[in-house]
Amino acid sequence: MADATTETGAGEDQPGMGVAHAVGEAVHAEVGGEHHTSTGLSNEKLGMWVFLGSDCLLFGGLISTYLLYRHRSIGGPGPTDVFDIPFTSVSSFVLLMSSLTMVLALSALLRGDIRRNRIWLLTTALLGATFIAGQVFEFTAFKREGLGYTTNLFSSSFYTLTGFHGVHVTLGILMLLSLFVMSLRGNLPRERAETVEIIGLYWHFVDIVWIIIFTVVYLIP
Amino acid sequence: MSVTTEQESHAEEAAAEVERLEHEHPRDFLYVQIAVILAVLTAAEVATYNQDVSDALGDFQIPSLLLLMCIKFALVIMFFMHLRFDHRLFSWIFVGGLVLAVGVYIATLLTFQYWT
Repeated sequence: MADATTETGAGEDQPGMGVAHAVGEAVHAEVGGEHHTSTGLSNEKLGMWVFLGSDCLLFGGLISTYLLYRHRSIGGPGPTDVFDIPFTSVSSFVLLMSSLTMVLALSALLRGDIRRNRIWLLTTALLGATFIAGQVFEFTAFKREGLGYTTNLFSSSFYTLTGFHGVHVTLGILMLLSLFVMSLRGNLPRERAETVEIIGLYWHFVDIVWIIIFTVVYLIP
Repeated sequence: MSVTTEQESHAEEAAAEVERLEHEHPRDFLYVQIAVILAVLTAAEVATYNQDVSDALGDFQIPSLLLLMCIKFALVIMFFMHLRFDHRLFSWIFVGGLVLAVGVYIATLLTFQYWT
């Protein structure tokens, strides 16, 4: 275990380095199934990072398309006609705070505090659901103002971008609820902290994507 | 060393590792501090929507917003996603995807700008 940490460069000189990696190694060691991958790192966590790196390209494409199209609409409402910045700011704040509760859930599990881990997991899922509810309300309001999916180039690119993000958040909520149920069934002990960390990485990713969308789509005039 | 003894030894090392991680893992208080900073930065971003603030910033409005966005992005990936503490390979993979995305799409946008 210590050897694996040294081999991978999760060194003594950087306190806290390799938290989830070391936890993952600890899990394998505890169950007697320690494995040494070619990288010395958890394959599951590495896979999630590769997925997140590739997802940057997906959202990069959607954001670029939006930037290309938003001022090229011939008719129908434009961004300044429909956006409700105070409302979206509250939604953004809610999603931002869900990242805090997610990391607190992981921290609680690392301490072995199962009860708080469940509370924070559920809180994160509820905050995510609040964000999605806000998005549904926003889309409905836009539709009432005459901005359908095919109204103009702005609406198509806007709904596609924010809709894809909404789907990501919804999938994250389902994963969080799965973790909560696993915990209730006693299948999420301290030794499985890496599972929570991996789902957490996904959750923080949808948060950082929204940080970009909020600025580029809503705030930049 | 028998297999059982070796497994017990691994289990002891694992327990010690988890204990070590508990001490080294950033405290909850640090996470709350980061969240407060993120909230303040978001408030600063939203403030630029105000006409007076927007007028005062002038040409600096968009660079200011982009700067605030980058700071928030960096804080989340460094502290909440633990890239500051984790193995560098994870950073390389993620930043690689990010740089590739930014490069490709800036090139795409510039191409459209050029041809239209």
